[in-house]
Amino acid sequence: MVVSATPRPRPRRRRPPQFYAGAAILGAVVAVAVFAPWLSPHGYADQDLLRSLQPPAWVRGGEWRHPLGTDRLGRDLLARLMFGARVSIAVAALSVLIGGGLGTGLGLAAGYFGRWVDRLTSRLIDIQLSFPPVFIAIAIMAALGQSLPKLVLVLAFVSWVQYARIARANTLAVREREFVLAARALGAAERRILLRHVLPSILPPLLVVGAVNISSVILAEAALSFLGLGVQPPTPAWGSMVSEGRTVQSLAWWTTVFPGMAIATLVVGANLLGDGLQRERE
Amino acid sequence: MIGYLVQRLAHLVWVLLAVSVLVFLLIHLSGDPVRLLTPLDARPEDVERVRRLYGLDQPLPVQYLRFLRDAARGDMGESFRFSRPALELVLDRLPNTALLAATTIALTVGVGIPVGLWVGARAGSLADWAVSLVTFVGISLPSFWLGVLLILLFADRLRWLPASGFESPAYLVLPSLTLAVYTTGLITRLVRADVLEVLRQDFIRTARAKGLGERVVLSRHALRNALISTVTVLGLQLGNLLGGSVVVETVFAWPGVGWLMLQGIQTRDLPVVRAVVLIVGALFVLVNLAVDLLYLSLDPRIRYDHGR
Repeated sequence: MVVSATPRPRPRRRRPPQFYAGAAILGAVVAVAVFAPWLSPHGYADQDLLRSLQPPAWVRGGEWRHPLGTDRLGRDLLARLMFGARVSIAVAALSVLIGGGLGTGLGLAAGYFGRWVDRLTSRLIDIQLSFPPVFIAIAIMAALGQSLPKLVLVLAFVSWVQYARIARANTLAVREREFVLAARALGAAERRILLRHVLPSILPPLLVVGAVNISSVILAEAALSFLGLGVQPPTPAWGSMVSEGRTVQSLAWWTTVFPGMAIATLVVGANLLGDGLQRERE
Repeated sequence: MIGYLVQRLAHLVWVLLAVSVLVFLLIHLSGDPVRLLTPLDARPEDVERVRRLYGLDQPLPVQYLRFLRDAARGDMGESFRFSRPALELVLDRLPNTALLAATTIALTVGVGIPVGLWVGARAGSLADWAVSLVTFVGISLPSFWLGVLLILLFADRLRWLPASGFESPAYLVLPSLTLAVYTTGLITRLVRADVLEVLRQDFIRTARAKGLGERVVLSRHALRNALISTVTVLGLQLGNLLGGSVVVETVFAWPGVGWLMLQGIQTRDLPVVRAVVLIVGALFVLVNLAVDLLYLSLDPRIRYDHGR
């Protein structure tokens, strides 16, 4: 016999407009990232020293060969932004998945099994919440040295706690509900109860956490890369592009303005998505 | 109340221990610490001598206990770069970071709470919509980029304000503005949401029914209730400002602990990095404790001695 976690089909509701706006922005940036090699007018490392610090096409001295202008080495800014999207999105997606998976798993186990699992996890949650996350990420990245896998792990490490907190609280609320008791009465294995019955019913609030987390992970990665502790050159990342642009900012505003706009756009998208999901739940 | 305080102080000890382990490990995570103390071409026997000299030949638990003992005495090692006690360097810079944080919080409270109250009371209006949009963008901007833009505009182009260093109060404007955009956006949205929530409650209807003016209803009833979540978030943000302003301090060359830490990272001056992390970690915990105690005076419904 199959006991479903969602006994009746939920009535279809229209989601709030924020949700669609956010999804559209994120979708567009992901599309640019995926198709960067085909969309981009130049390679991200192609240097054109004769055209270094060329302004955007619509400014005097600019040309459509480089729509958003070039950096100090004459590299096309638009191409670097497009390829930079790949790094930002890959790092954010992986950290959110790893941090979210880890946090959800721990929170689920703590809420469901209780006893020492819960005491240990709650203690860890309390300790982790007592650290300012970006500050800790900076300290750890500085000590570990920089590489993409380390960056992903450190960002996941500062993210898991939000998921664990919410997963634990919601599991506690669901644990004694009829559908879980029914599954247990029917002799379902613990693993099956957890994965098929408890997890699906605590997922919606976790998605809100996830959306908010995406934006903070993007901002944290950008800040780390800006400080030289995140993505390392020659890989283009939006945060490090802002810091490279700073050296020539009085000569070439476009080298700092556009990468920052790209980060802000992505974060606005993630925040809109989170806002939409949140409103839907209310 | 006493029970709660004891519980919180126990938690404080746990967190400080966790901070100390992290700080201790920082120096080992970065590879063989002796390598940082000796030139690359040092003879192996010299390397071993330095290792013994600093006690780095001992097992890790022994090293950790020694580190704890020294830290408890206020000895966090000497800066490689400045040949001064690391703790002293951090304490020298701490007032600057505190000043920046205090200015930012003052801006945040001064703008965020009144604006949040104001738009919360007229939800759905054009003003509400405009404020929502502005604050939404405000919380989405990367702080370092905002800082760079402000420098570009107010320092490079208009030459109204200085961009880096700290020599007069004018130097405080751009960095605190940069930090305040995010926190003000956050607080305005929070206060607005809280006011909306509170205005739906029965006691507000009662207050209006007994003939209180709208201004009194807002300031006496709505504000007081909205303040509780505001204080929570402000407490967390203050902690973040004390430590997390590494980025903004770096952009503006602000002589605080955040910039000190980044310089320490760049010059591999690990004692300084360790001291900053330890001090900031401890401050963050203390600020959160203070916030929890502040609730008591704000909300008589909150009692911490539950279970009795």
